Amino acid sequence: MATEEMEQLVRREYKEGFVTDIESDTLPPGLDENTIAFISQKKGEPEWMLEWRLDAYRQWLKMKEPSWAHLNYPPIDYQSISYFSAPKRPEDRPQSLDEVDPKLLETYEKLGIPLHERAALAGVAVDAVFDSVSVATTFKETLSEAGVIFCSISEAVRDYPELIKEYLGTVVPKNDNYFAALNSAVFTDGSFVFVPKGVKCPMELSTYFRINAANTGQFERTLIVCESGAEVSYLEGCTAPMRDENQLHAAVVEIVALDDAYIKYSTVQNWYPGDEDGKGGIYNFVTKRGDCRGDRSRISWTQVETGSAITWKYPSCMLRGKDSIGEFYSVAVTNGRQQADTGTKMIHIGEGTRSYIVAKGISAGKSDQSYRGLVKIGPRAKGARNFTQCDSLLIGDTCGAHTFPYQEINNSTATVEHEATTSKIGEDQLFYCQSRGITEEDAVSMIVNGFCKDVFQELPMEFAVEAEALLNVTLEGAVG
Amino acid sequence: MLEVKDLHVTVEGNEILKGLSLSIKAGEVHALMGPNGAGKSTLSAVIAGKDGYEVTQGSITFEGKDVLEMEIEERAQAGLLLGFQYPVEIPGVKNIYLLKAALNAQRVARGESEIPAPEFMKLIKEQLNFMKMDPSFLQRAVNEGFSGGEKKRNEILQMLVLQPKLAMLDEIDSGLDIDAMKVVADGVNSLRDQERAILLVTHYQRLLDYIVPDKVHVLVDGRIVKSGDAELAKELEANGYEGIEESAA
Repeated sequence: MATEEMEQLVRREYKEGFVTDIESDTLPPGLDENTIAFISQKKGEPEWMLEWRLDAYRQWLKMKEPSWAHLNYPPIDYQSISYFSAPKRPEDRPQSLDEVDPKLLETYEKLGIPLHERAALAGVAVDAVFDSVSVATTFKETLSEAGVIFCSISEAVRDYPELIKEYLGTVVPKNDNYFAALNSAVFTDGSFVFVPKGVKCPMELSTYFRINAANTGQFERTLIVCESGAEVSYLEGCTAPMRDENQLHAAVVEIVALDDAYIKYSTVQNWYPGDEDGKGGIYNFVTKRGDCRGDRSRISWTQVETGSAITWKYPSCMLRGKDSIGEFYSVAVTNGRQQADTGTKMIHIGEGTRSYIVAKGISAGKSDQSYRGLVKIGPRAKGARNFTQCDSLLIGDTCGAHTFPYQEINNSTATVEHEATTSKIGEDQLFYCQSRGITEEDAVSMIVNGFCKDVFQELPMEFAVEAEALLNVTLEGAVG
Repeated sequence: MLEVKDLHVTVEGNEILKGLSLSIKAGEVHALMGPNGAGKSTLSAVIAGKDGYEVTQGSITFEGKDVLEMEIEERAQAGLLLGFQYPVEIPGVKNIYLLKAALNAQRVARGESEIPAPEFMKLIKEQLNFMKMDPSFLQRAVNEGFSGGEKKRNEILQMLVLQPKLAMLDEIDSGLDIDAMKVVADGVNSLRDQERAILLVTHYQRLLDYIVPDKVHVLVDGRIVKSGDAELAKELEANGYEGIEESAA
């Protein structure tokens, strides 16, 4: 196929681009200690939380934005960003879906997320984050009967201060990195999940994020804790409306798994990637880290990343407990002018720890994608094992794929395996499918979905279907 | 059915076909033979629409339609099928998925509805049995890790499911042991009827013991230098291509 045809194929428009007209109670742009006090007050937080935020802010001021990633973007002016935006009447939150602003529900409809249907049909509890305040939480009762806490992080700070004090910032410290420190200072919402000892969460927990108000950075903070023998599967899915200015997103996700606990965290991310010239997309600087604190604990990250103009994201596992397991399954798709520097870190500390990494990168258009992964085996990690598989697929000849694997091995009994491939979407494969009567678009879609299969099969069923659909939309033209 | 007239084809500036003409009627089986590099595979690739082949002169029509004006998938939808010498692997895509997608694409293009799942399963099972293939084939990724023989059987399986009007089979016998060759030949012969035609591209006469052609063409240096019936293949087997080239010269 000729290059021009390829280029034409990879062009497609963002399908979720529309803006919901809901009045926002928004702070003017700017960041100082008053901004943080305002946020803390708006959230009705106790004094210790404000102190925690201010401490993070003061550390952030001394830090420098990292520049090691294989990314190219203009400097971010942190004073031009508004740090708080909430739908009006925050005290008067809807108690049921009937009370939710119909325009918001309409927004979800457009996204193909009919909240009530979805919740009722799939038995999924939904904590929908719209701008910065949770507006609808369902199935809370079923969960509370099981002893599971699933609420917004703001509620958790007020209602479960002891749990928050015990776990917040213990996986991703306030000063862990520039973006994590910023998040610690100004986070506005996010989810808190606590599954007590021996409880298997009766349903999958799902949160739909949506960045909406213009110029409002989103600083989500998520904390998930599973006590001994507890299990939970958490689903995070995101879309955003079309925007002209870059929107900064710096989330922090912390996960703690105690003895024999299992946490599965799945993400489908579809934020606005910018137009053909890369204008207007989301900047996504995320710190996600799981702590396998207990013996035989297991944390599994599965992500399908299709959106954002800039992605900086390394969901990681600290394997501290003996025989604990960390997993990372990832599909990252970049098109247009998107740039992604993503991967994982598996830090083997305990004996007999194991980790699996399967990373699939698909680059199209003029996009650039890097896999960056660290496998670190500490001196006490006797018999630790890692297996890494890292595959890149290129569509057209104007995109880039890079791999930066790091291995630090300090224990001679460890086994570390790394396999990597880079391939161009085979013209032979396309010709083969087309010569059976299948259109080029369908053929590309089929081949790409096949390439991603190892990862898709790790997703919960409903997400897998969504992920395939999303992949097709993202590479519409290019990848069906 | 298929008319190729004075076809000139260049690949990266080199002229491979230099005025080839060929006419295939419904109900006929043609064998195209010739030495390495004569342009045998080029002909079927050009008819199927593979990229990188430039037609500088001549025409190809299929049932009166200008093939060179059609997209690759349109040619397949019109009833042309290329059986590959080296079918490509498509990791992660199940055989059954490709078969179903291909069959439905062709049905929809013909204005028919998609095949109902039970009917499809029945069809597939029959053809699998006929090709002596294990049902586990369907769940394996397309051609991935297949032996040479398995790949060839799979090509024939696709042909039997898609029921093309004209099947062009490129070196379908290469790498087959005698048992596998019989199975493949049975598959090809089962497609023979008054409505369809087959073009076999092959090096060796032995395939033609199992699939007896109506016509045999000898392709040397981009042109058909001799045509005849099945006897011609035997003659080739005895005297080699050089003998033909001399007698044609």
